[in-house]
Parts: sequence; structure tokens; C-alpha cells
Amino acid sequence: MSEILLECKHIKKEFDNLTVLEDINLEVRRGEVLSIIGPSGSGKSTLLRCCTLLEKVDRGEIIYLGRHVCRMNESGEKPEYVSKDQLRGFHDCFGLVFQNFQLFPHYSVLRNITEAPIHVKHMPRAQAQEKARELLSMLGLADKADAYPYQLSGGQQQRVSIARALALNPQILFFDEPTSALDPELTVEVLKVIRALAAQHMTMVIVTHEMSFAREVSDKIVFMENGQVQAFGSPDEIFSSDQERIREFIGKLSD
Amino acid sequence: MNWSTMLLLLSEGLLTTIAVFVLTLLFSLPLGLLVSFGRMSKNKIVQTLVKVYISIMRGTPLMLQLIVVYFAPFYVFHLKISASYRFVAVIIAFAINYAAYFAEIYRGGIESMPQGQYEAAKVLGFTRAQTFFKIILPQVIKRILPSVTNEVITLVKDTSLAFVIAVAEMFTVAKQIAAAETSVMPLMIAGVYYYIFNLLVAIAMEKIEAHYSYYK
Repeated sequence: MSEILLECKHIKKEFDNLTVLEDINLEVRRGEVLSIIGPSGSGKSTLLRCCTLLEKVDRGEIIYLGRHVCRMNESGEKPEYVSKDQLRGFHDCFGLVFQNFQLFPHYSVLRNITEAPIHVKHMPRAQAQEKARELLSMLGLADKADAYPYQLSGGQQQRVSIARALALNPQILFFDEPTSALDPELTVEVLKVIRALAAQHMTMVIVTHEMSFAREVSDKIVFMENGQVQAFGSPDEIFSSDQERIREFIGKLSD
Repeated sequence: MNWSTMLLLLSEGLLTTIAVFVLTLLFSLPLGLLVSFGRMSKNKIVQTLVKVYISIMRGTPLMLQLIVVYFAPFYVFHLKISASYRFVAVIIAFAINYAAYFAEIYRGGIESMPQGQYEAAKVLGFTRAQTFFKIILPQVIKRILPSVTNEVITLVKDTSLAFVIAVAEMFTVAKQIAAAETSVMPLMIAGVYYYIFNLLVAIAMEKIEAHYSYYK
């Protein structure tokens, strides 16, 4: 089995005493595509936000490449995160693609992609631009380098945001419902890109409602409900599950 | 008094008006940013102090603030007021007054930015300072330009309040000539000067807005 890139152990998250995540355990291995499915409000996005350090967990451990981002303190009551400076170091480990792209509207496509490599990773400008152009042509956007986000379709914007994340060479790429803001036609072009990345053995964690896509592209699928992992397994295992709730959920979404 | 003398005197006053205008913007625009940070601070004490400051600046007449800033060194600290302090007092009073207004405009702009922009920057590894100056502030500037234009135009007219501590800006000069000559003409001419000044300000601000219109 390949190396473990990310481990989440006993993750718990509450918002105002409402438990959103309860005792979540998750493992992501190199080269693996893991999809997280489940109804709205089941905690999928919150889990992703905890993994990408946008939210802090209330209990549990997050471990990237064997290094703890947070661990329980000695009394076992609270999680302790590493210092702010160390935390920034962990941003090398992952990238995140947002549901609504979150491109920087005042930067051109090229600059959206090169800004972080240049100013965070201190990559020479020429090198960053060369890499950005490579990514753009890989994603079929070679002619859009000088466009501004508002001039692009949603599908093109989402592909740019994928390029922006890839420019930092993340070990894991997270997708938070990457096609939910897109119409079916644009959805197809974004899914095509994710499929191509899977073929290149990019490690990905994808929160999605696209059932047939999840089935086709994933190595593992997590089914979440009420803040808990209800089922975990290969696509075949999940899609042929005899759990009533999973069959019902999948049946509703794939027709 | 002939026309050319009158125009010359008013133009000299106009120079002082322009000086007050430029120096006020120079100090109040950055100071306002600092004040808006204080206003949005998570530290309750800082936040409250800044709230009170903004409330006083917006809640009392600028004319009164000018008088207070000018006379406070003497009445409160028993310092001798030098003649050159008049002009300095005007700049201080205007700068701290306008900073309060600008702070609220900045705050409105900053708080209107979607949280996702901060999150996208954070995930990419930008520091908080980089996020603010590279991602947030340029977009905020575009959003607040119309409100800033309003304030800047008001400032042009507010400079006339400097007459209250006898700084010889254009309006003070116009009033003196009007009294001496028993004519309203100097005041009318001053009015035309203010109007032209503001026309230029409006054109300049439009240019700046156009500069930021390359994206939506």
C-alpha cells in the first residue's frame, strides 16, 4: 500500500453546541481518489474545511505526512495546533478548489496562478509563468492567460482555480463541490479535468453530488450523514450497499 | 480695488486652500485605514476607543473641532501658540476629522469583501499582510471610490471653515475683500473658483474609477 498522506483521527467539530462532525476517522493515501458523498448538512464540507485548516477542530488529530497539525493536549481535553508559522508550512501539503471558484477578480488568469508561487514559494517569475502556461494548456485554457475571471465561463473559471491550486504542487488536492455552481454542460468540462488528474495519479479528495462520476473516478468513497461516516469502501461496495439509507440516497441522485 | 488685484489676492488664498486640501488627503487617507483597523479590532478596548473617537468626529461641527485643536495647547497645556501653528492646527483638525469618515468608508468596503477571498488566499499560503495588501485592498479601493469621491468633494468646500481661526485661505480672503469693498463680487468669484476646483476633482476621480474598470 502506498504512503499515507493525511490522517484524521476522531475529529469532532461543533458550531454553537451543534455537533457537525462526530468522531471522524479518515485516511488518504498517495495516488488515491477519495470521494465524500452524503446529504446536505451531513458535514462533508466542514470536514474538508477542517482538513484544509480553514476551520479548527474541537477534538481529534490531523496528521499530514506523519507530521501533526494538531494533536490532543496532555489532559486529552483540547486539540493543540502547531504555531502559526508552522501551520503555514502545512499549506504546502494541499490545495483546495472551491465551489464558487474564488478567483481573484482583479488579477488576470496568469497572475491568479503565478501570484502564490512567486510570493509564497519565492519561485522566479519567469519560471512561475512558464509553469502556469503549461498548466493552462493542459487544462485547455492556453488562450485565456491574459483574460480576467469575469470574461470566462464558470467552467473555465473553475479550471483556472484548479490550475491555481496545482501551481503549488500540492500533495493532495481537495475539491469542495467543484461543479455545484455549474450547469450540466460546464460540469462535464470540469469533470473531464478531474478525470485527467486521476489518470495522472493525483491524490484527490472530492466532495461531490455527482454520483456516477464519484463511482467512476474514486478508489474509495465515504458516505456521511449527521456528521458521521456511515459507510466507507470501494465504489462497488458503496453502490451495492445493503444499507437502506445509502441505497435511498444514491437512488435519489443517480437516475 | 481693481479686478486684477482682487483676482490676485483670491488666487493667493486659493493656494492656501489647495495646500489644506492636499495635506489633509495626504494624512487622512492612510490614517483612516489605521482607524478602520482599530474600529474592526477584536480588542474590545481599542474598538470602543475608536468608536468614541469616530462618534465625536462625526457628531460635532468641524468648525468647533478647528477651534479646539487651535486653542487646546494654550488652554489645556498652557503652551504659547505661535503664529505658524494656525496652519498646522487646520491640517491636524481636518486630518483627524476626515480620517474618521474615511475609516468608516474603508470599513464598509473591507466588510463587504466575501469571506471566500480570504480563504482562497489563506489556502494558497499567503500571509495576512499579503492577503490584505495584494488581494483585499485593491478590490476594496474599487468598491469605495464613489464614496471617497463624495468626501473629497466635500473637503474642497470644507477648507473654507479654516476662516474660523483666521487662516488666509480663499474664503477668508474673499470675505475680507467683500467687507472692505462692500461688494459681494469677491464671494461670487470665490464660488466660481470652488466650482472649478471641484470639477477638476470630479474629473480626476472619474479617471481613477476608469482605471479600475478593467475588471468586474
